[in-house]
Amino acid sequence: MSSLPLGTRRGSHGPQARAFSAQLRVELLLLLRQPENLLVILVLPVLLLVFFAGIKVLPSQNGPPIYFLVPGILTLALMSTGMVTLGISTAYQRYYRVLKRLGGTPLRRSTLVLAKAASVLLVELGQVALVLLIAHFGFRWEGKGAWWLLGILLLLGSFTFAAIGLTMAGGLRAELTLGGANGLYILFLVVGGIALPIGQLPTLIQPIARVLPAATFSSSMRAVMEGHGLPLLPFALCLAWAAVSGLAAVTLFRWE
Amino acid sequence: MTAAAPSGSAISLVGVSKSYGDRVVVADLSLEVEIGELVAVVGPNGAGKTTTIEMIEGYRRPDRGTIRVLQCDPAGDTGRVRPLVGLMLQEGGIYPTIKVGEVMRLFSSYFQDPEPGEALLERVGLLEKADRRFRQLSGGEQQRLSLALALVGRPRILFLDEPTAGMDPRARLLTWEIVKENQAQGVTVVLTTHSMEEAERLADRVAILKDGALIAFDSPERLRGGSGPDLLHVELTEPLTPDQLDVVAHLTGVDHVQDRGRGSYDLATSEPAVVAVGLTSWLLERELSFNQIRIGRSSLEEVFLSLTEEAAE
Repeated sequence: MSSLPLGTRRGSHGPQARAFSAQLRVELLLLLRQPENLLVILVLPVLLLVFFAGIKVLPSQNGPPIYFLVPGILTLALMSTGMVTLGISTAYQRYYRVLKRLGGTPLRRSTLVLAKAASVLLVELGQVALVLLIAHFGFRWEGKGAWWLLGILLLLGSFTFAAIGLTMAGGLRAELTLGGANGLYILFLVVGGIALPIGQLPTLIQPIARVLPAATFSSSMRAVMEGHGLPLLPFALCLAWAAVSGLAAVTLFRWE
Repeated sequence: MTAAAPSGSAISLVGVSKSYGDRVVVADLSLEVEIGELVAVVGPNGAGKTTTIEMIEGYRRPDRGTIRVLQCDPAGDTGRVRPLVGLMLQEGGIYPTIKVGEVMRLFSSYFQDPEPGEALLERVGLLEKADRRFRQLSGGEQQRLSLALALVGRPRILFLDEPTAGMDPRARLLTWEIVKENQAQGVTVVLTTHSMEEAERLADRVAILKDGALIAFDSPERLRGGSGPDLLHVELTEPLTPDQLDVVAHLTGVDHVQDRGRGSYDLATSEPAVVAVGLTSWLLERELSFNQIRIGRSSLEEVFLSLTEEAAE
C-alpha cells in the first residue's frame, strides 16, 4: 500500500493503490482533526466507562460493573465512529459536493469506500484497545471468552453502524443526518444496554429496546465475553441488522 | 492510451435530450467540439448549461442521444475518460477542513503523471496559502484552487462550470490567462459562463442555449455579424413592416439588413455615415421614431440578449 514505483505498471491497480493510501490518510486526518469527532470517538466512551465503573449504580449480581460496561462501551465506540462520525462527515461531504467532485477523478468509488472503511476500522481498533487497556489497568478487568468471536461481533457491528450512518448520509439532507445520527446515538446509549441494563428500563420499552441494534450487539458481546459463546437470538438479530442496514445503504445512498 | 490525433472531434453530442420528470432540460442537442478548441456555453438561467456540461462530464446519462468524449462514452467508460479530463464544479467540491497543500497532494495521487502540485499552486497564486484550510479561503481563492485541481492530471479536456463566478477582476484575468495557456498546449476547453466578455475573450466558438436547445453555435465574430466596424445598429420603437424593411434594405450603401427582433436591426454597410444620414432622413419622413442609431459592431451581449429573447417569443 505504500510506495509503488510510478509509471511502471500496466492496468490501473497501481494508481488505485496509491490513491487508496492517499485517500485513507486524508480521511483519517480529517476525521481526527475535528474536535467534535474526538469528543464522540474518544472522550465520551472513556468518560462513560470510567464514570459508571467508578460509581455503584449498576446492579452487581454479575460481578463488578466493569464486566457489564466493557461490551456496552465497545458497542458505543462503534456507534461513535461508524454511525455518528462517518455518517455526519459523509453527509457534509455530500452536501459540499466533495463526493461528486471525487467522482470526476480517476479515483474509483470502490476505492473511496474502501478507504473510508479502513479509516473507520483503524479508529475503532484504537478505541477498542483504549477501552480494554483502561478496563484492565484501571479496573482490573480480565478478558474472558473467545477473542475471535468478539472480533467477529466487532466487525459485524462496525459494518452495521457504519451502514446506518451512511444510509442517513446518502439519503437525507446533511442537517437531518446531523440531528438523526446524534439522536439515535443518545437513544441507543440509553436503551441499548450500554451503561444501563435493559432490565432496568420500563417494561413496556424493554421488548423494543432488545431488538434495536445497540442492544443486540452489546448483549451478544456481553455473552461472548462472559464465556457463553454467541447467543442465538441476539446474534441472529445482529446478522439481520447488518443485512438490512447494508442493503439500505447500498440502495438509498445518493452521491449527489 | 495514446494521444488522439491533433485534429478531430474531442466531444460530440448527437440528438441529446434530458428531462427531469416533466421538465425538458435539454432538447435534441447536437454539437461537435474539435480537439484544441475552446467553446463557451452561454444561456439564461435554466437554459440547461450545467445539465449539458454534466452529461458531457459523465455525471448524468442523457435520456436520448449519444455523447462521445474522445470516442468514449463518458458515463459508461469512466475508467478511460476520467484520467483524460479535468473539471471544475460550479461550486464546492472540496473538503471544507482540508488544507490547500493536502488536497493538492490528494488529487495528485489519483493520476499517473500529475503536474507538480507546488508549481500549480504557484501558478494560481495560492502557494503561500498551502497551509490554509479550504473554508478559510475567499470565494475567488476557492475557485482558483478548484482550477488548479482540475489541471493536476494534465487533462486533455477541461470542463469549467462558471470558472470565474465570484472572482475579482485580477483573479479573473489570471484565470483567463491560465485557460488560454492550456488551450495553447492543445487542451480542449468547454466552459459555461454568464459573462459575454469572458465568452468573447476566450472562446473560439460560443454555443447559446435557450430552453435546452442550441439556438446558435459560432465564433464570437460571426455571431456579432458583419465584418469589421462597418455596421449600423438601429432600434426603432415599432418593428418595420416587410415593405418598409425592403425599402431600408435598398437605401444607398446598405449591403444587407439583419432583423434582430423587436424593432432592432443591423445594417451591414461599407459606408456607415452615408447610411446613417439616409436612414435618419427616411425615418423622419415617415415619422417613424427610434431609440438609437449607432455605428459600430453589435456586442456579443446584444446578440445574446436578442437571440435569447427571440427564442422566448
